[in-house]
Amino acid sequence: MDMNSFSPMMPTSPLSMINQIKFEDEPDLKDLFITVDEPESHVTTIETFITYRIITKTSRGEFDSSEFEVRRRYQDFLWLKGKLEEAHPTLIIPPLPEKFMVKGMVERFNDDFIETRRKALHKFLNRIADHPTLTFNEDFKIFLTAQAWELSSHKKQGPGLLSRMGQTVRAVASSMRGVKNRPEEFMEMNNFIELFSQKINLIDKISQRIYKEEREYFDELKEYGPIHILWSASEEDLVDILKDVASCIDRCCKATEKRMSGLAEALLPVVHEYVLYSEMLMGVMRRRDQIQAELDSKVEALTYKKADADLLPEEIGKLEDKVECANNALKADWERWKQNMQNDIKLAFTDMAEENIHYYEQCLATWESFLTSQTNLHLEEASEDKP
Amino acid sequence: MQETYTAYLIETRSVEHTDGQSVLTDSLWRRYSEFELLRNYLLVYYPHIVVPPLPEKRAEFVWHKLSADNMDPDFVERRRIGLENFLLRIASHPILCRDKIFYLFLTQEGNWKETVNETGFQLKADSRLKALNATFRVKNPDKRFTDLKHYSDELQSVISHLLRVRARVADRLYGVYKVHGNYGRVFSEWSAIEKEMGDGLQSAGHHMDVYASSIDDILEDEEHYADQLKEYLFYAEALRAVCRKHELMQYDLEIAAQDLASKKQQCEELATGTVRTFSLKGMTTKLFGQETPEQREARIKVLEEQINEGEQQLKSKNLEGREFVKNAWADIERFKEQKNRDLKEALISYAVMQISMCKKGIQVWTNAKECFSKM
Repeated sequence: MDMNSFSPMMPTSPLSMINQIKFEDEPDLKDLFITVDEPESHVTTIETFITYRIITKTSRGEFDSSEFEVRRRYQDFLWLKGKLEEAHPTLIIPPLPEKFMVKGMVERFNDDFIETRRKALHKFLNRIADHPTLTFNEDFKIFLTAQAWELSSHKKQGPGLLSRMGQTVRAVASSMRGVKNRPEEFMEMNNFIELFSQKINLIDKISQRIYKEEREYFDELKEYGPIHILWSASEEDLVDILKDVASCIDRCCKATEKRMSGLAEALLPVVHEYVLYSEMLMGVMRRRDQIQAELDSKVEALTYKKADADLLPEEIGKLEDKVECANNALKADWERWKQNMQNDIKLAFTDMAEENIHYYEQCLATWESFLTSQTNLHLEEASEDKP
Repeated sequence: MQETYTAYLIETRSVEHTDGQSVLTDSLWRRYSEFELLRNYLLVYYPHIVVPPLPEKRAEFVWHKLSADNMDPDFVERRRIGLENFLLRIASHPILCRDKIFYLFLTQEGNWKETVNETGFQLKADSRLKALNATFRVKNPDKRFTDLKHYSDELQSVISHLLRVRARVADRLYGVYKVHGNYGRVFSEWSAIEKEMGDGLQSAGHHMDVYASSIDDILEDEEHYADQLKEYLFYAEALRAVCRKHELMQYDLEIAAQDLASKKQQCEELATGTVRTFSLKGMTTKLFGQETPEQREARIKVLEEQINEGEQQLKSKNLEGREFVKNAWADIERFKEQKNRDLKEALISYAVMQISMCKKGIQVWTNAKECFSKM
């Protein structure tokens, strides 16, 4: 197996995928670079929507060019996610940002919301690009390169809405059975997912709350410094010291603002992405269970001679392969996902700690230099008083 | 029905010069109302002195609903410090420290209240001083006192504002720190399911708990700073009291001078027979007949006596007024120096507190960062 070639015929055996994982994070092997930027508002007679510019740079042979620029809207991202889930039901597809703001907004398109969404969409596409299997998905390539009309016509192909609805109904029906016969390792996985989901949701709430409290602290602190300036207007002997205190408080205020934005950049989006991931994971478990349920129902049919006994063994054979593939794909992707999760969480919290350290260091320097200047002043005055 | 109140133990030590050791000379208990009595007495007998204020009776500018309770041990402790400070200020004042009643406050256990009331100071007290809303139309106030009154108004307004905002800032800071404590619990629960990250999460959670609980001490320290500012908030009131006394004296002086002037005029008119000003007596005499020369002489004599008396009084009032201004201004200068020193010290101690808080923060987050990076 030549590890350094990136042929479009990606082998799907777990072994090669694991080997792929080892080289994944080395920068010189990355050959697909995607950015999402420039949100633009479009107004038609029917609706208003936002498109985002997507720039792709690549050295891969299967791409017609080395650079692409397209515009996509949220609906298009949803379509892509759906196609990926369809093609790889037991792979952990990266989550999309929510359709609507959680707390319910008056204005659908306020700037913060758009920016948060843009960053999340950027993350989404890059995660797909970094995934050893998903990166070679055909729909992904079309998403990145096709012009608007090409994408529309491509979207119209493939299973329609009704058949997808039918799939969902079957999935719900058979998912119950799948849970009963779930292998041990997937039981463990499911337990982990449930607990993880609880914890990450709590951490998400706590982190959002911290941001809110820091913002409110900042708002009050902004008022605090100027009062000292006001005071200095009526105190001729204390003018300097009061002004110095005011400027120290203002500097701490700026440091607080920086800490807040650091939290918003480094921690909140990461934690929130994993909240969405935990929902995604539960969906993956269900799909795996459903695939197994299909097999189980055929096996049951064979056992109780319910349907056509001749065709069943062949069908069962195919389904057994399908189950094995699905399980292996999930197992490998699960390991990869866990590793990434640990790294991402670790990095996010380390960054948060770093932001706090930096914040306190800045404030410390501010007050220490104030104290030094006061001490110097005092020494000056003392030496002046001496005969 | 029993009343619960807090009493404070006052121990006086005198320093023996021979060996520098302080000897406990007196020890007794006083409650807040006795401190108030002492201060009211001093206000009456030393109207030209900026009398040190008492700490607040009820907790104000609270940043957390809990500390509004008068029986709260933290509040009681802070009040104790305030009362001690009050006595120390009097003891270090060149004039007040010599007062007999103050000395007895520190030494006479029983009957001190009676002793104070026997001085009859409440009768001496000018009720007009307490009437805060009354204004006196003073024609020639000493400009320095007018300025001082404006200054004390500004001081009161700005310190109140500062204390209010400080309380709000403290409230918010409390919120920030405490929410981090929630991480501790969740990390601990999460660590149970994580094999590799478990230890890191657990110990990081512990540091988050430490961080969250550190705010209590930090804000308690800041409360002492707030108390230092509050003292000067209340000092503004004491300054205003001195200004008011001056206003009253000046007002009485002007009224007396006016009175004297009108009597002199009356006298002159009677003597010369010309009536330049309208007077009811003049009208009635015109209507009902002139008075006899004897009657007129008698009246002039009375007026001359009154004028004499009035002139003496005016002289002594003028003297009193000038003495008051001189002494008051001397104490105000002393007060200004004290205020500048104290406020500078308070602001510096605020900086020291901030530095300590930052150092604690750096330590906790450095520890937490280490735990996170080991995950």
